Amino acid sequence: MASAKEMKSVLFGPILANNPIALQILGVCSALAVTSKLENTLVMCIALTFVLVLSNVSISIIRNHIPSSVRIIVQMTIIASLVIVVDQLLQAYAYNIAQELSVFVGLIITNCIVMGRAEAFAMKEKPGMAFLDGLGNGLGYSVVLLTVAFFRELFGSGSLFGLQIMPLVTEGGWYTPVGLLVLPPSAFFIIGGFIWVLRTFRPEQVEAKE
Amino acid sequence: MASKNDTISKTFTVIIALCLVCSIVVSGAAVGLKERQEANAALAKQGNILASAGIDFASQGAETVFAERVRVLSFNHETGEVTSYDSLVNMEAALAEASASPVQNNAGVRDMRSELPVFAIQGEGDDSVQSYVIDVRGAGLWGMMYGFVALSADGQTIQGLNFYDHSETPGLGGEIQNPRWAGRFEGKKAVDDNGNVAISVVKGAQADKNQVDALSGATITSNGVDNTFQFWLSDKAYGSFLATLREEGVI
Repeated sequence: MASAKEMKSVLFGPILANNPIALQILGVCSALAVTSKLENTLVMCIALTFVLVLSNVSISIIRNHIPSSVRIIVQMTIIASLVIVVDQLLQAYAYNIAQELSVFVGLIITNCIVMGRAEAFAMKEKPGMAFLDGLGNGLGYSVVLLTVAFFRELFGSGSLFGLQIMPLVTEGGWYTPVGLLVLPPSAFFIIGGFIWVLRTFRPEQVEAKE
Repeated sequence: MASKNDTISKTFTVIIALCLVCSIVVSGAAVGLKERQEANAALAKQGNILASAGIDFASQGAETVFAERVRVLSFNHETGEVTSYDSLVNMEAALAEASASPVQNNAGVRDMRSELPVFAIQGEGDDSVQSYVIDVRGAGLWGMMYGFVALSADGQTIQGLNFYDHSETPGLGGEIQNPRWAGRFEGKKAVDDNGNVAISVVKGAQADKNQVDALSGATITSNGVDNTFQFWLSDKAYGSFLATLREEGVI
């Protein structure tokens, strides 16, 4: 079994030091699409983490038996099956949120983080480490998404988790919402800001000048 | 190790075994959860029907209120025949059997059946119908908008409007779901005494003319809502049903 220090770096590394969205710029598409409400974002993060952990573990378990010629197909089959299971679960237990997330749950299949971790980590490491890696990357993804959703929902709709914090002008209050934040492109700016702040505190993440 | 895995027989064995396991997991989830999912969908629809008529079901649950107060009917707009069903699921199953035919319209409705769903909502504790809910749909900017419109028992006054499924831009066209905007339809006349469609969605609306102000930044969505009303309240769809209500009072 790997040392405790190594396990810790696999689990917590992806949160800030090697964040899949902020450093590797993977999985940005869903970060734009599902972050207008915190509640939806949270469910999406849980769904992605679930898929990521299980796909990592199952690929890691059979890694010594996967023929290299069809390894991508094997990974995709496992990931796609897990995503369908998640989608079915959401439709059964969180119907309203499943309706709002609609196609984006299905698009977890094409989320680069899941494929990336399967190919880069799970194919080489033992199931225990693959589990921690999946969890860590899921958390790293969630940190960025929840941050984006926090700003988008608070300033775009004046609420958090659907709870009205700043009463809107349209509802008879005083707050004029920032229309841009309701639309997906605004997530680019917030992710950009997140990366800026992160790299200010961790200058080693800044790319070398070409 | 790599060479041992890459033989044709090993590749086939792994792929077939994997496909078997995955298909069992997927079909297991689909079959096992199907009942719950269908119940959810039916519950959501019942809630939407009640919400369009402004009925609060939070305390009792949509299912109970729906079963107590809603009569599920269908109206054949060609023959004027009314059929009664004992549940929403049965009505939908019966309607699904009839074939839909293409129809000429501006609302983006591709085809429709001659049987149209009608939900008669009774008052609390009495049998008289307080509102009739009709099922409408029309094309917005990004896709179809599905809604329920509640009309008073005289078939003329709009009591409520609920677009429960659409893909309009949140914050702009998506405001069709905002109760504050949908509330502006309340009390307006859907059709006039001769059966012509009276309600309209226009820019700079005048309240006394049965007009509702269009949503700013969402012209195409607003036009879509307008076209939806123009079509579904006309003789091509619910028009003859509304005429029956005006003339005979109840069905």
